Amino acid sequence: MIQRVGFGLITLIALLTVVLILMVVGYIFVQGIPAISIEFLTGYPSDGMRAGGIFPAIVGTILLTLGTALFAVPLGICAAIYLSEYAPENRWTRMIRVAIINLAGIPSVVYGLFGLGLFVIFLHFGTSILAGCLTLAIMTLPVIITTTEEALRAVPQSFRTVSVSLGATRWQTIRRIVLPQSQPGILTGVILGLERAAGETAPILFTAAAFFLPRLPRSPLDSTMALPYHLFVISTQVPGMPIHIQYGTALVLLVFILGMNLIATVIRSRARARRQW
Amino acid sequence: MVKNQEDDLKPMDKFVIEHLTVSYSDGTESLKDISLNIPANAINVLFGPAGGGKSTLLRVLNRLNDLADVVTVSGRVILDGMDILDPKTDVISLRRRVGMVFARPVVLPFTIRGNLTYGLELAGVRDKSRLNEAVERSLSQAALWDEVKDRLDEPAIALSGGQQQRLCLARSLALEPEVILLDEPTSGLDPISTGKVETSLQELKQNYTIVLVPHSVQQAARVADNAAFFLQGELVEFAPGKEIFAHPKDKRSEDYIEGRFG
Repeated sequence: MIQRVGFGLITLIALLTVVLILMVVGYIFVQGIPAISIEFLTGYPSDGMRAGGIFPAIVGTILLTLGTALFAVPLGICAAIYLSEYAPENRWTRMIRVAIINLAGIPSVVYGLFGLGLFVIFLHFGTSILAGCLTLAIMTLPVIITTTEEALRAVPQSFRTVSVSLGATRWQTIRRIVLPQSQPGILTGVILGLERAAGETAPILFTAAAFFLPRLPRSPLDSTMALPYHLFVISTQVPGMPIHIQYGTALVLLVFILGMNLIATVIRSRARARRQW
Repeated sequence: MVKNQEDDLKPMDKFVIEHLTVSYSDGTESLKDISLNIPANAINVLFGPAGGGKSTLLRVLNRLNDLADVVTVSGRVILDGMDILDPKTDVISLRRRVGMVFARPVVLPFTIRGNLTYGLELAGVRDKSRLNEAVERSLSQAALWDEVKDRLDEPAIALSGGQQQRLCLARSLALEPEVILLDEPTSGLDPISTGKVETSLQELKQNYTIVLVPHSVQQAARVADNAAFFLQGELVEFAPGKEIFAHPKDKRSEDYIEGRFG
């Protein structure tokens, strides 16, 4: 009897999360869909953002996400390979791990300030895509490192032993067995990390974002508009903003991120079906 | 490798082990001052109760213990005149000369063919006909060719447990090693598969040196040309199989063989 009540309660809570997500997504969908049009997606803002489209913000977010990937993915994967495959278990590697976990817990606005100090001011990158990408990359690294390391460790140790016993070097074993086998897990982690980068406002607030640009960025040293920052601006800084433009922008950002999520899910489930261990 | 008359008369020692001591980082000794000559072209069995150091010795013979957490090894292990414990030893080529089959069959996540060609490709063999020749030869040696010749490009994981273990044996043989180490290779297999593996070993010893940790005393007695009895890291007795299982010299070997402790 008690067990049944318990199970019932747990099921209810699980349902509640689903309902909450559906409510948020559904609400934004219903409110935002009237704003969506070709003109909204491909046009530039006009009338002090109160009309027109959000094209530069969409392009900006895509550029920032790709740029972040450029820095964070190779670095994160290499760090994870080192930690999982090469590093001995000692005080030093434990310290690295603790540092990574703590890095993941730092509030994103702190990353923003750090980026402002290091990239924008000290390295003279100015408020630029480059500075924004580097800041977002640092913020994303812990996610990519931890998920990649987990994916690497999930590959059975016996594969490594057998591979080495057949005359493989450590690197050959990683290249030919460990990486291919953990690739879906790594991809999932990378996408989850980039997804977070794509949706963040605070780290680009001081490092990359422009209030309004009448054109697309021309170089990595240009500042850019971006969806999350644009949403922040039109929700708080512009008086007399038509509500449907705010929700339309939110909807585009949401679809962008849910789309990345969907890709990660598809990769994972396909890989699970093909897995041989 | 062609055997000549002289080898028959005077068996060669493949491995000469002198005062080998292996201890782990916590100070426990896994092998204590072992001296042992392992003859070529014979099935050499290492047997004894669990924790006796048999597997440790196997893993020293192809330096696979390099992977284990801090192990100190002292003494000498000479393979054809070369001390393999020397830090300058090329462990990659050593492992190609000294193949290993593990207790649990571990097929790599490739096709059957991919498993067999893996080691050769790492060694730089690209020639298709040579690879194909190695696939057929090694599968035949492991008595698996007839069962899988039509499905070489299927995932190896689809094979049965017994077939997987013979595939693992074939995978070692594909590299044309000189020595094959087997660590309880039949522990997970049914009697029929076990029989097939044992039959292959009898044929393989014509051309290879075999070092086997059997999964039971019965198996040791069935296949051993020579047998070494290990107890708590010590080598108690090493003698031809016929002698040690019929008339063990040491009381402790006798007790173990007759099942008085285990």
